Amino acid sequence: MRQLIAVARTLRERGVMGINERNAHFNLVYNERFRYPLVDDKLLTKELAINAGAAVPRLYGVIEIQHQVQSLAAMVADYPDFVIKPARGSQGDGVLVVVGRSGKSYRLADGILINQPELEFHVSNILSGIFSLGGQIDRAMIEYRVNFDPVFERITFRGVPDIRIIVFFGVPVMAMVRLPTRAAKGKANLHQGAIGAGVDIATGRTLTAVWHDHIVSEHPDTGNTVQDVQIPSWDKLLELAAHSFELTGLGYLGIDIVLDRDLGPLILEFNARPGLNIQIANRCGLRARLDAVLAHRARLTSIPERVAFARECFALAS
Amino acid sequence: MSRRHLYVLSAFLAGLGLAVFLYKVVVLGFPLQPEKKTQTWRVEVRMQFEAKGGPAKLRLNLPLGGNNLAIIDQNFVSPGYGLTMGAGRTNQTAVFAIRDAHGPQTVYYRALVHALRVPDESARAPVPELPQPAMEGAEKVAAEALVRAARELSADPETLAALLLKRLKNSAADDEAALLLGPQPSIVKLINVAADLLRIAGITARPVHGLTLDPERRGAHFITWLELHNGTEWVSIVPSEKRPVLPPNTLRWWNGRLPLAQVSGGTGLSHSVAVSRSYEYALDAALKQGRKLEQKLVEYSLFGLPLQTQSVYRSLMVIPVGILLLVILRNLVGVKTFGTFMPVLIALAFRQTELLWGIVFFVMVVAVGLSVRFYMEQLKLLLVPRLAAVVIVVVLTLAALSILSHKLGFERGLSIGLFPIIILAMTIERMSIVWEERGPVESLQQALGSLVVGAMCFLLMSVPTVEHLAFVFTELQLVLLAMILLLGRYSGYRLTELRRFRELAR
Repeated sequence: MRQLIAVARTLRERGVMGINERNAHFNLVYNERFRYPLVDDKLLTKELAINAGAAVPRLYGVIEIQHQVQSLAAMVADYPDFVIKPARGSQGDGVLVVVGRSGKSYRLADGILINQPELEFHVSNILSGIFSLGGQIDRAMIEYRVNFDPVFERITFRGVPDIRIIVFFGVPVMAMVRLPTRAAKGKANLHQGAIGAGVDIATGRTLTAVWHDHIVSEHPDTGNTVQDVQIPSWDKLLELAAHSFELTGLGYLGIDIVLDRDLGPLILEFNARPGLNIQIANRCGLRARLDAVLAHRARLTSIPERVAFARECFALAS
Repeated sequence: MSRRHLYVLSAFLAGLGLAVFLYKVVVLGFPLQPEKKTQTWRVEVRMQFEAKGGPAKLRLNLPLGGNNLAIIDQNFVSPGYGLTMGAGRTNQTAVFAIRDAHGPQTVYYRALVHALRVPDESARAPVPELPQPAMEGAEKVAAEALVRAARELSADPETLAALLLKRLKNSAADDEAALLLGPQPSIVKLINVAADLLRIAGITARPVHGLTLDPERRGAHFITWLELHNGTEWVSIVPSEKRPVLPPNTLRWWNGRLPLAQVSGGTGLSHSVAVSRSYEYALDAALKQGRKLEQKLVEYSLFGLPLQTQSVYRSLMVIPVGILLLVILRNLVGVKTFGTFMPVLIALAFRQTELLWGIVFFVMVVAVGLSVRFYMEQLKLLLVPRLAAVVIVVVLTLAALSILSHKLGFERGLSIGLFPIIILAMTIERMSIVWEERGPVESLQQALGSLVVGAMCFLLMSVPTVEHLAFVFTELQLVLLAMILLLGRYSGYRLTELRRFRELAR
């Protein structure tokens, strides 16, 4: 018992944020309820981003009602690879990544082959809302599959790595690269077993990573070190992140960005309740950084100012 | 500002609840603990029938008392009915009559029963003349043969009766006993035949129906036993090998072969009986002082409701206690469960099945449902029909488990029909999704979490003191509300997060 209290005290001193604290002091306070649909529905997010001139993966098509499932084959006929997503999915559930064809079958990111009826069944499931928050009926979106930048090739097991940045009032406060593993079946989601490598906000170089609440420095499948990888076009990423505040109006959010080999950074989605394991990836609590933003919020109006503030304040003290 | 607002509101609610609670305990003298042995019971019989239109008459047998139990008060709730009371040769009856009745009719009878410390003299009551049974032909021959055989092997009326009961119970097909009993005899039929046989043997005997008084019992059932006069007093003989004596606190209600109640001018007569301990004695002091306020307080509390409804609230009032535990386990400990309040519903179901069987049944139903759900994955059904199919499978599984456990003699299995079927089906669906998306470990973890939380809620909710406090002191719900409001602003770590972030505390 005394040990537990000691742990809690140490965590508190280091500014590690728990779920209750995030919900009570950040989500409930700085994120207005009516803005949630903008980020919970990825189709709305995409529209928002396009209108603001931000790059997103191209949308091939949307399936809204069961009847349209028949047109799925025609919709994807021209594309060798694509991604099917529930518009209102959470935590990466229900995302299907098709990397190629084999005869009449589709090859998924984890190597499994599925046939047309199975693919259509998956879309039907998405429409009935089994992957959506609260189980409301949903829409399925079919979009461009990112050809990811080879920079993470050595530390990725299949799938597409992405970069998660936590943004507080337009200031990027913490970042990590999410790297798919065999256990995550090629998905870049920490809940499903992907690893997350912390990123130095000032330089865009990776740090150690978190895997199932543990700190690791090598990718579990490839065995290569995840440290000291320079993320390309880091300035651009920070700007995109800073811009997300104006885009969504949410005070506290996470932005997920992928690096495409040809198209550069693309916004995948926003998250109004970003996970907290990013703290383990960066070996650093969020609280101090968030408090720093709150203290200087008034003078941080333009995007360059906010990016500069982040690079200066949240640089690794090495 | 909002924090202070919350504290003020919580303090107000808690203060109000505690003040009323203390007032009831200190001034009114409400008991803090449930009484283990109660001396006074309230018995309520509710009768319902469908009137045909025109005059209707309901004849109800009233409790006789005896066996150290006395009826100290009784009343009838029968709007529009005229009431006449009468005493037959062996029974007390009440007749409710009405000139013109339409549609469903409900009539209540309530009695206050008190346990006497000194045995009463009803056992020495005069012996009524009972008519010889009307039997003819083969029946008469069979009966006489049975009596003759039993008389050879017995010494006195008690042993004769016991022997006859045993003989009747072990009747083989086509023998004399089977002829008298007819096909598939009920226990009541068996006792009726035994009474006939004893009368043929010249012993005054009669079937008696009564009610065993438990502290709390909704849907109580009448039991039937045999009474015979051994020359000096009445003796009760219970046809059960497990417990051949009458359970303590059994209220004798009526004698003979007629049912509890009969109706003319109506159809579909049904009755239900509820028993509960009476708290009136605790309030006597206050009520006798004639203070109007207290009287109103009792009248406008849950005690003012009919007994059947009181029993429902007895279950309902402990739900908030379970909910409080659930909030603590989820927000302070961080246990993962399926569905927000599913564990509390599971706990409610456990109240009917008891913990061990509840868990066994829960695991079996979920396991069967999950396997069917995985099989159905191949059929590629859409969500709503698939859920509906799972619901049907769950219902069938429950039915099969009930039948199986009944045949194997576990009476607990009969109550699993009260499991929250829809919730179970949703759980199965949710579990299979988590199973596919996050793997079996996560899925089983959440299922186990739900089960453990449900079991803990059940254990807390079934502590007699908790149930007593929640029901008798309704105002404590306000204290619970205040606690939950305060927990709603708890923003510290969850216990599981201390483990999750342990690398950061190094």
